This record gives sequence, C-alpha cells and structure tokens, in this order.
Amino acid sequence: MSDSRQVGADPDGQADAESNTDETGNRRTAGETILAAEGLRKSFGGITAVDGVEFEVERGTITGLIGPNGAGKSTTFNLLTGVHTPDSGRVRFDGTDITGWQPDRIARQGLVRSFQIARELEDMTVMENVMLAPPDQFGEGFWASVLPGFRGRVARQEAELRERAWETLAFFELDDLANERAGSLSGGQRKLLEMARVLMTDPEMILLDEPMAGVNPTLEEKLLDRLHELQERGYTFLLVEHDMDVVMNHCDPIVVLHQGQVLAEGGPQLVRNDERVLEAYLGGTVES
Amino acid sequence: MTPAPLGQLLGALRARLDAVRGVVGNRQVTDGGTVQRTTSDLRFVAGLALGLYVLFLVLSLLGGFQSAEAVTSRLQSVTLLALVYVMLTLALNLQWGYAGLLNLGVAGFAAVGVYTMALLSLPADGLGLGLPLPVGILGGFLAATLLGALAALPAIRLRADYLAIVTLAFSEIIRLLIRSQPASEFTIAGQRLGTGGTDSLDLPPNPVKSLLYENPDQGAFVAVENPTVIGDRLFTAGEAVGFGPSLVERVVYAVLMLAVALLFYWLLVRVGNSPFGRVLKAIREDELVASSLGKDTRRFKIIAFAVGCGLMALTGMLWQMEGGGSTAPTTFEPELTFFVFVALILGGSGSNTGSVVGGIVFVAVLLEAPSFIQRIVDTQFGVPSAPETLFDAFTGVDPFLGYFLSDTNISALRFIVLGAVLVYLMHNRPEGIFGGRTEIASPIDLSDRSGTEGDES
Amino acid sequence: MSTREESGGVLSSVELNPLAVVLGSLAVLLFADLGRRLVTGKLPVSTLATFLWEGVVFGMAIGLAGIGLAMTYSILQFANFAHGDYITAGAFTGWLAAFVVAGLGSFGLSGLVLVSDTVPTGELGINVFATPLAVLVGLAVASASSAGLALALDRVVFKPMRGARGISLLIASVGVALALRHALIVLFTGSTRSLTTDVPGQTVAIGDGSVTVGAHEVTLVVVAGALMLSTHLLLRYTKLGTAMRAMADNEDLALVTGIPTERVVRTTWLVGGALTGAAGFLIALESGSMDPTFGWDLLLLVFSAVILGGIGSVYGAIVGGIIIGITRNLSLVWLPSELVLVGAFGVLIFMLLVRPQGLVGGVKTV
Ligand SMILES: Nc1ncnc2c1ncn2[C@@H]1O[C@H](COP(=O)(O)OP(=O)(O)OP(=O)(O)O)[C@@H](O)[C@H]1O
Ligand SMILES: [Mg+2]
Repeated sequence: MSDSRQVGADPDGQADAESNTDETGNRRTAGETILAAEGLRKSFGGITAVDGVEFEVERGTITGLIGPNGAGKSTTFNLLTGVHTPDSGRVRFDGTDITGWQPDRIARQGLVRSFQIARELEDMTVMENVMLAPPDQFGEGFWASVLPGFRGRVARQEAELRERAWETLAFFELDDLANERAGSLSGGQRKLLEMARVLMTDPEMILLDEPMAGVNPTLEEKLLDRLHELQERGYTFLLVEHDMDVVMNHCDPIVVLHQGQVLAEGGPQLVRNDERVLEAYLGGTVES
Repeated sequence: MTPAPLGQLLGALRARLDAVRGVVGNRQVTDGGTVQRTTSDLRFVAGLALGLYVLFLVLSLLGGFQSAEAVTSRLQSVTLLALVYVMLTLALNLQWGYAGLLNLGVAGFAAVGVYTMALLSLPADGLGLGLPLPVGILGGFLAATLLGALAALPAIRLRADYLAIVTLAFSEIIRLLIRSQPASEFTIAGQRLGTGGTDSLDLPPNPVKSLLYENPDQGAFVAVENPTVIGDRLFTAGEAVGFGPSLVERVVYAVLMLAVALLFYWLLVRVGNSPFGRVLKAIREDELVASSLGKDTRRFKIIAFAVGCGLMALTGMLWQMEGGGSTAPTTFEPELTFFVFVALILGGSGSNTGSVVGGIVFVAVLLEAPSFIQRIVDTQFGVPSAPETLFDAFTGVDPFLGYFLSDTNISALRFIVLGAVLVYLMHNRPEGIFGGRTEIASPIDLSDRSGTEGDES
Repeated sequence: MSTREESGGVLSSVELNPLAVVLGSLAVLLFADLGRRLVTGKLPVSTLATFLWEGVVFGMAIGLAGIGLAMTYSILQFANFAHGDYITAGAFTGWLAAFVVAGLGSFGLSGLVLVSDTVPTGELGINVFATPLAVLVGLAVASASSAGLALALDRVVFKPMRGARGISLLIASVGVALALRHALIVLFTGSTRSLTTDVPGQTVAIGDGSVTVGAHEVTLVVVAGALMLSTHLLLRYTKLGTAMRAMADNEDLALVTGIPTERVVRTTWLVGGALTGAAGFLIALESGSMDPTFGWDLLLLVFSAVILGGIGSVYGAIVGGIIIGITRNLSLVWLPSELVLVGAFGVLIFMLLVRPQGLVGGVKTV
C-alpha cells in the first residue's frame, strides 16, 4: 500500500494524484485491470443470485454495472467486498487474490464500497460518521487513546482529520448538519454521507451502489463532476445506477447483469443497441 | 408499574439532567466541549451524591441510629457498595454500552480476579503462594483480562443473544468450579492451594490495613495495638469524633475506592473520547459499516471485552478485601451481573456519566433504601408480631403489611421492584437517565471549523 | 499494518476448526475410555444403565420444558430468560392444587395452599398410585397456570415491545425473571419442601447388577412423551400449527400471506406455557421436592438443549434435551457430581461456538 492513503493527506488530493498518475500526469496505467470477478457464484437457499459473473474493471474508469431489479448487482458487490463469500469463483484486486478475505481487510487494501440502503451510524453525529473513516488513525490504538503521553499526537491528528472532514462535508453540502445525529438525516442526505465516508477512507477503487438515489438533480450533477474529477486523478469506480441517462453519459464501459449473469459488456453505444439488453429491460428505459 | 417515589425521583433526575444538558449544550457543543462537560457532569454526580447523603442521614436518624459512629458506619457501607457498582457499571459500559457486547458474565470475571489474587497472595502456609499483594492484584487483573480475551476470541462473532448465553454459562462454570470439592483444596508441586470451596475464604489484608497497621496480618485486635505513624494520627483523629479504629479503617478504605472509581471514570472517558471509542461506537451501531470502512472490528471488540473484564476483576478484588476481607462463591451468583445490568440501563448505556449515575442510584434507591425504610417502620411503629405466611397475613389478626417487612420479604420485594424497573425502562426509557445524549467520540471539539473558514458556503 | 492484515484473514478461517478438532477428539477419547471401563469392569454395566435411564428421564423433562423456549425463540425471536421461572410458577400452582385435592379436610388449608414445608408430606401421601387424581389435577392446573401466566406476561411486558430488537426483549425478560421468582418467594416462602411419598420402583436386572425404574420416573417419561407427540400433531395437522411454522420461517412472509400473527403469537405462549408448566410439575413430581429457584437453576440446561437442537426447532429441543440429560448423567462416570453441571454448560458453550445452528441443522422450523 502506498502513501496515497496516509492520514491527513491533502484533501484536494494533490498527493494522491501523484501516486496514481505517471510523470505525464495522465492515467498511469490505462488498460490495466484493477478488479476482476472470475466466475462468481452465490445462491441463497433456492435462489441463485449470482450465477457465474465474470468481468474486469480497468484502472481509472467509471464502469457502470446495470441490470433490472434483482439482477444480482448488490450481491455481486457483496461478493467483491467480502460481505458474502462466493460459493465458487475468485475475486482479484490489484493483482492480489482477495477471495474470502474479511471486508475490513479488503477495505484496507483499497477497495471500498457504499451500500444501496444507506447504513449511517444513527446515534453518532454526521461528523463522527465521517471521522470514523480515515485509515490508520493513531488514536485507534487502545494505549494511544488512554496514555497521557500519546494524547497530544492523537489530538493533532484529529485536528488534521477534522479539517479534511469539514471540507468533505462542505462538498456534500452536509456541513450545516455536521453536529446532528446521522439518524436525523433525510434519505438523500444519508446517501451523501455514505459517499463522504467512503471518500474519507482514501480508497483506490470505489464501489457505489445507487449513490444518486434520492439526491437532488443539482447536487447529482455536482457529484458526477466530482466523480470525473476523482477519475482524472486515478480513482476507479464501479457504479450501480438505474438512471439510464447517468449511466449512458458517465459510465464507460458498462456491464449488464441479468438473472445473475453478465448479459452484455461494452461502451454505451454497444450496450444501448444490444437486443438482449433491450429485451431484459422489457422495452424499459433504454430508448434514450 | 414503578412505585410512585421512584417515578418522582426519575422525574426529578430527568429535570436536573436537562438542566445539565442545557449548560453543556447537547447538540452544539462549543469549544472545549468534552472538558466542560466532564466537569459539569462531575458536578452533577457530586450534587446527586450529596443529596443522597442528606437523604440517608435523615433516614438513619429516623431509623433510630443514635451515635455519629453508627450513622457513619452505615453510610460507609452504602458508599462502598455504590462505588463498587459504579465501577462494575463503568466496566460493563465499555463492553455493552460502547462495543455492544452483551456480557452476562460480570460476576464470573470478578470472581476470577478475586480468587486468582487469593491464590497468589495468601500466605504460603495457608492456601496461597505467599506473593506480595500487588503481585496478587496484578495477577488477578491479568488473569481476568486474558480469560476475557480468550473467551472473546471465538465468542465475539456470535449474535448478541448467543454471547449472552455463552458468557452466563461461562460465569456459572467458574462459580461451580470455585465451590467444588476438588478446587477447595489441592496440592501442586508440594504447595497447598485452594479456593475454600463453598466456605468463605479469608483474603490477604487489604492495602489500607498495611497503611494503618505495622502488622496487618495479625487479627484486628492485636494489629490495632501497633499502628503505623499514619495510622496513629488517623486513629487519634477518629477518636476525637468518636470513631473507633475499625471505622477509621473503613472510611479510609472508602476514600481509596473513591480514588480508584475516579480513575476508572477518567480512563473510560478517555477511551470514549478517542478514535478507539469511535470505532467501538460504530461497531455497536453497525458492525458491517465499521468493517467495510476498513476497521478490524475483532481487534477492537476483543480489546474492549478484555479490558472490561480486567476492570471487573479489579473491582471485585477491592470490594471483597474491604473490612474483614473475606469472599465466598455466593457473592458471584448471576444476580450480581443482572444488578449491574439494571444499573447500567438505568443510568443509560453508552454514557460513562450515565454509568456512574446508574450505579449510585441503583445502590441507593433499589438496594439500600428498602432496608432503611424497613428499619424506620420497625422503630417508629413497631410490628408486634408479623404474620408468618401470606396466608396468615390475609386471614390472621396480625397487621397485613407486617408480612412484607420481614427481612426475607423485604429482600424479595426489592427484586420484584427491580424486575419491574427493568421492564419499565425497556418500555419507556430504554436509553436510561443519561442515555440518548450524544457524547462525541473525539479528544478534540469536532464542531470547531476554524481551520476551514471561508472555504465553501 | 501488514501484520494486522495477516491475522485478519487467518483468524477467521482457522479460528474454530482446531477447536472443533480438539474437542471432537476429546469426545472420541471419552467414548474409548467408557468402553475400557466397561470391559475392565471398572464401570459395572448396571451403573451405566442407571446413568442412561436417569439421563433419559431428566432429558425428557428438559426437552419438554425446552419446547416452549424454542417456540418463543423462533416466533418472537428472543431468548426468554424468564422461561425457567415459568417452570417454577407452573410447578408451584400445580402442587398447590395437588395438595388441596389430596389433603383438603385432613390438613389445615393454610399449609396446603402454600405448599408449605409444615405439611407432613408423609401423611399427605401423594404419589401416582395412592392419589392419582391429585397428580392429574396438579398436572392440569400447572399447565393452565403457566399458560395463563405466559399470556398475561406477554400482554403486559412483551406485547408493547413487539418489533423491538431481540436483545431488548431479552433484557426485559431478565426483569420478568427476577420479579417472578421473588414474587413466588413472597407468596410461598423460599423453603425447600418435600412433595411426595415414595412409591416402590421396579427393579430390572442388568449384567451383574440392576436398574431401579421408579414409578414417577415412568410417569414423567410417559406423560412427557405423550405431550411431545400431541405437540407434533398440533404443529403438523392443524391450521394454526402450519401458521406457526410459517411464521417461524419468515415473519414478513407470514404477514404478507395474511396469517393472523397476533393469534399465532398468543397460541405460541399458550402452548409453550402449558408444556412448560407441565414440565415443572413433572420435574417436581419425579424429584419429590422443590423450591422457588429450581426453574431458574434449570434455565441454562434448557437453553443448552434448545441450542443443541438448533435454536427455534421444537424437535431439536426434544432431541437436545435428551442428549443433555444423558450427557449430564453419563459425565458422572468421570466427574464428581458437583461438576456435572460444568460439563453440561461446557457442551452448551462448545455448541454455540462451533455449531450455533445446532446439531439438526440450519433450517429454522418449529
Ligand atoms: N441475503 C440474501 N438472502 C436471500 N436472498 C437474497 C439475499 N441477497 C439477495 N438475495 C436475492 O438475490 C437476488 C439478487 O438480489 P440483488 O440485491 O443482488 O439484486 P440487485 O441487482 O441489486 O437489485 P436492485 O436493483 O433491486 O437493487 C434477489 O432475488 C434477492 O432476493
Ligand atoms: Mg441492489
């Protein structure tokens, strides 16, 4: 793991940018696979939710993962991030086989996800939610939290993180709510809090499960801009989204899941014109 | 459901509490929030304690305690028990309130501490190894901590209700082992060791005895003949107000306990106001979130559980060494654990100050007040002849209520009230007296924005 | 950081398996030792048979008592810590009735109603042969009162908490347990009282010795067996039973399909409570004495049975009860009697750690 996820790193990500881009300032390794799902399979009782899913995500892309309700998108996320262990198949991240790893270890490796149904920590404040996320916090050690000698260092680090947290919250327009219980947020705000938390972990790759659901259009535009901005700096995204406008305009390539299997894969044009995809959506929203 | 006085007390407490919250500012904590809150919390607790002392003073006088010595002696025992529960509740709060680990083995871990200490520090010609007391105490603390960690290692992934059952069973196993025949006396490498089985076991003389007497291991009557310099001063001072040496000793002990309790509080507030405590809170709320953000939740849970167990053991040792200094397996029945739980829920799990308040209120109102009241009724009205059974109470000539004032029935009624309080709290105020307020987990004031002013609207 | 990662992955995968292996081989060793003792004659066959028979008797009682706990666990989704005291409450009211039926007219009402230890039980002379009516009435009253109690407590305590987290319900049930147990002490006093007079047992010759089969033991096994069978029939062949099974499997589904869940919940308490009360009465009948804490003392064993059988499974509870009963008595081969409970609790912890879904498996079906 590089220094890209150092605590208190510059919030504007200059430091991150360097570690993920090469001398020319462009994506260092376009074309290199960062995440690979290899024949993932998972069933619950009688239902096979994911049935041999196989795809790769290139570093530095915003890859879309779409499919009708129940196609197995969230379950795929769960398999990729260690929430569920696959019945068979492998997950490879950044050249490492991470199959069967615990979620926390995968997250520390740089693969972080948000949840479709926002899981805010209700009884903690918005600020605490965000401050939880940064990795390698010195004060997370028991002794560091207790012994007088270490306290100063913990406080200094906290102050740095606080600054970053405020900026992140400001970006997501949550700063006015920073001291409120997270449980008092609206549905859209919760999704924003999830995103803010994920960004605070300094990940390499981010899996977002319907991050825009319930977010107002102006902010959605802003978020998408931010996504591209982060993409420029070398972050990779895998995005589950039902809004076809968003998917077609912002994701490339797109992976289409249907009944637990990959139905199609390719650029927006390709997917848009794919007969099977149209059929899967039953003449749905793809006509744009 | 709860008797009226208790309801009133809760109401009054709540009102006072809202006042405290007003001072601190529940939501918008302004600068130096934690420090300010801690002091104002401590002031609240001190006020509560003072109020209760006055109340108990009045109750003791009504109950016919005559001398200052008798009153002080009684108040000392209430104080000590309150401190014990405060400490146990604080330790449990770390596990249940912070990390969401439902430990029903409080009594068992306390017992591990007490009996390990006894094995290490009792005289070698008795049932122990004859090591110095500090070694014994450290040993008891470490034994419980390690056992806690060891128990936590596999148990920590269990659902909360499974963990509850496992820890309760674990606690019972410990108690049954201690009181069993084979454990009561055994020999290892020629050294006679033992727990004393079902009998009570005399513990090594407590540190206060060593402070006051030159020869603390001798019986109290002999030891008092030969006090240390400090002991001599204190005994003389005690004599001036009419306190015998044994009461002086007990008062000093209570002061020591108070110091340790403050240390516990200080320690746990620090833990709570740190990134470590923040992760624990996150685990309690939603463990998957914490682990999805890269936190090794098992590490945090095991540490919290183990440290909590160690603190329980420490409390157990200090508790049992007080006064005559003996212990017995009956002390560590599951009731003790449930009492601590009631105290924690009463105070508000998740809040350290709540734990302190819960411990105090629990001991004062639920454990001790009934016997004061019983005494008052006895001395003021007198119960000429209480009915022996409930049947007699209904049919006989003796005063009906007299039946409920016998020692055993007072104690049983106390449990009934306790159970009712627990149910009442779960129905109406599951967050307890102090719960539900946000104690921000950070050593610094997170609402301070000075570093980022003017950055964004 | 890297070390933490190492331990993270390794811990989870290896954590339990060595434990299972070690304890599994321990079990094998114990059985081998049992065989050795039998062969060498250190353990007479008749002694072993006695242990087994008494284990079965105790196991039937625990299994019967466990059904109610398993039902509430699966349908209401919480561990009811007051269950042990439902056992006691049933036993006390049942024996109150039995005492009154057997002794009315000859003894003072006060002693009879309080199941007092002042009543000379020798003269009262309750046993299945001498006073079958008293025993039968007692059994019926025990069932009815426990069922009523369970319903009433549900109404007052648990119903207002429907939908609360299981852990809140668990804590509330601890409150109920404390209050109920001590209410019994206030009502009946805390003394241990003897209940029955001896009945001649049947001696069965086995090996070089014999096993004594007591009439009350047989009564317990027969009645418990009959009640278990009726429960089975109820669950299998009545509409309500089907509804209960459906709800145990998936409450949301049951709601959607229009099964009246409140009614199912009430039935659960009713049936579970009745069986629990009967178990309490029978346990007291078999042991010939009781005190107000005996149900509480059994609680962890009942939990063991329920967990062993797979939490929430009625059949599992029965099987688990019998296994726990036999284990408890069989461990007398190695352990002094005062440590037998330690063995049983050890099994409980082991099961929860290694196989929390129980012996029977993961499917949660009433
Ligand atoms: N934990 C689980 N237990 C049982 N079934 C599950 C579980 N998780 C998912 N499923 C089933 O797997 C299938 C795929 O679900 P999944 O949540 O992955 O779909 P999705 O593509 O994310 O749908 P949506 O667009 O509605 O979010 C569904 O039929 C769902 O019911
Ligand atoms: Mg989904």
